[in-house]
Amino acid sequence: MLDFVLKRTLQMVLVTFLALTAIFFLVRLAGDPTALFLPPDAPKSQLEEFRHALGFDRPVYVQYTDFVWNAIKGDFGESLSTRQDALSMVLARVPATFQLAFSALGLSLLIAIPIGILSAYKRNSIFDRIGVAFTVVGQAVPGFWLGLILIYIFAASLHLLPSGGGGSIMHMILPTVTLASYSVARFARFTRSTTLDILSKDYIRTAKASGVSVTRILFRYTLKNSLIPVITLVALDLGALLGGAVIIETVFSWPGIGRLMLESLLRRDFSVVMAGVFFVAVIYSVLNFIADLLYALVNPQIRY
Amino acid sequence: MSTNRTPILEIRNLKTYFDTAHGEVKAVNGIDLKIYEGETVGIVGESGCGKSVTSLSIMGLLPKPLASIKEGHIYLGDKDLTKLKDKQMRKIRGNDIAMIFQEPMTSLNPVFTIGQQLSEPLKQHTKLGKKEIRERIIEMLNLVGIPRAEAIIDEYPHQLSGGMRQRVMISLAMLCKPKLLIADEPTTALDVTIQAQILELMKKLKAETQMGMLLITHDLGVVAEVCDRVVVMYAGQVVEDTDINRLFDSPQHPYTRGLLKSMPKHNARKSLLNTISGSVPTPNELPVGCTFAPRCPDAFDKCWAKRPSLFDLGNQLSRCWLHEKEDAEGGSHANEAVTRD
Repeated sequence: MLDFVLKRTLQMVLVTFLALTAIFFLVRLAGDPTALFLPPDAPKSQLEEFRHALGFDRPVYVQYTDFVWNAIKGDFGESLSTRQDALSMVLARVPATFQLAFSALGLSLLIAIPIGILSAYKRNSIFDRIGVAFTVVGQAVPGFWLGLILIYIFAASLHLLPSGGGGSIMHMILPTVTLASYSVARFARFTRSTTLDILSKDYIRTAKASGVSVTRILFRYTLKNSLIPVITLVALDLGALLGGAVIIETVFSWPGIGRLMLESLLRRDFSVVMAGVFFVAVIYSVLNFIADLLYALVNPQIRY
Repeated sequence: MSTNRTPILEIRNLKTYFDTAHGEVKAVNGIDLKIYEGETVGIVGESGCGKSVTSLSIMGLLPKPLASIKEGHIYLGDKDLTKLKDKQMRKIRGNDIAMIFQEPMTSLNPVFTIGQQLSEPLKQHTKLGKKEIRERIIEMLNLVGIPRAEAIIDEYPHQLSGGMRQRVMISLAMLCKPKLLIADEPTTALDVTIQAQILELMKKLKAETQMGMLLITHDLGVVAEVCDRVVVMYAGQVVEDTDINRLFDSPQHPYTRGLLKSMPKHNARKSLLNTISGSVPTPNELPVGCTFAPRCPDAFDKCWAKRPSLFDLGNQLSRCWLHEKEDAEGGSHANEAVTRD
């Protein structure tokens, strides 16, 4: 077990380092940030001075080693626009993003797992067909479009819910539903196919032969087995959600990490982007690690 | 071959059909069977002859809606199982009738402990408390010869060998002291020494509990070891019904003779193995006459024209025109079974 944790920690460090390196060079392809922070008619000397002050006039490899060294110390620099510490700016957005991500995940699991299980049990029935149609539509509809439609109906027309912003439960409803709709479809489809597979197993026949009821077979004996592959999917989706659902957060003006990163990128506020990427990479790795630990919890054949 | 006792299980003219894309498949086409207390009846036959479908029909575990019982009755005491609702049937499964399956390696749920799985029939059919259930399971595991039962109860299936898992399956079946135990190829997946141990165990348990046992197998060696009576099935029908001694001493139906001849003999290593030529007809392409006629060495004109009924030879039943004249009662031995074709 200790070996495993150690190995995984090293892997996490490596993944984070590689992600940061890739982003470091990619954002620099976007162009020079200094031009955006000074008025267009600023004299060239002032521009040079500003670049020098920020260190952008140094060779890229020097900037890179400097960045890595500071990053190891947990220092991602200051935001170019607000002069605040970049990492603190990202961390300040974490609660909002987590709130949205976990409520969307909870909602989608709550809907998707029963639908998946019942579709598999009532295979080819009307319920199953409606379920399948629903999941196909759910996956096909783009989130930003659904978000705009929901805003149009519930905020603009009916005036029932706020169209954007954060702060209350009412603010959460629309973005949560929009985010969940895609995950519901994925989870339900996946649960259905794994449940179908499990239902044909010999051990389910054994349970039936012991006189176990259908409900108990579905929600106890089948569920624990079908959870194993579902965990992988949940970890990946949750990773994406926690990294900030960029588009949905923007559509609903949700004060989360996704929106912060998008705005920073557009402003070429490199330090904030880098701090955000660092955070997302770490979250992704940690989630994968947790998923691996969960496997061991549901599958006794996996032990670390 | 009849006694005055009432049977535990009586199957009358059972017909189980499958609805497939290629039309209706008559997997079990009118079989009769009786099992008495303390009796072990073997059903033998090749793959696809309807043995397993018969057992699933009894258990009410047919794959619905694909397969269904079209006709006939299955009496457990005075209850007709074919008439019961799902919920009533569930009270019988694992309680009055229990079943052991062929594949011990895959028949136990990999993510639950042995104890969790064994507690299920007790939870369903008794009102025992947690502690009593645990004691009962340990007692049963000891009975089926599992060492360190107290530890094994908290282990997972993958930690046990195939033979041990089959013992666990047997203890699962025996927990509620069933009147009838159905064993579908219980030793096929095990190696020979373990096979012998499992058969010994089943014989011992049957002797102690006086339950009836239905053993489904294609292995005549296993039949010889444990059965009192044998029903030979071919293409969804019973072709011979006899006690164990007569099966080996004077088999009547040409198919039974063929099966016995094709058993390997240890002193005939140099010759080729005897086989029955041809293969089992698919259930939707059965010949008009006797279903075995195309493979039968003794077939004559009548066999091709008309399907024979089960003829009563006094102590044996045989579905073969060769025995038409020997039938003591002129072709109507016991019940309507004879005229069902």
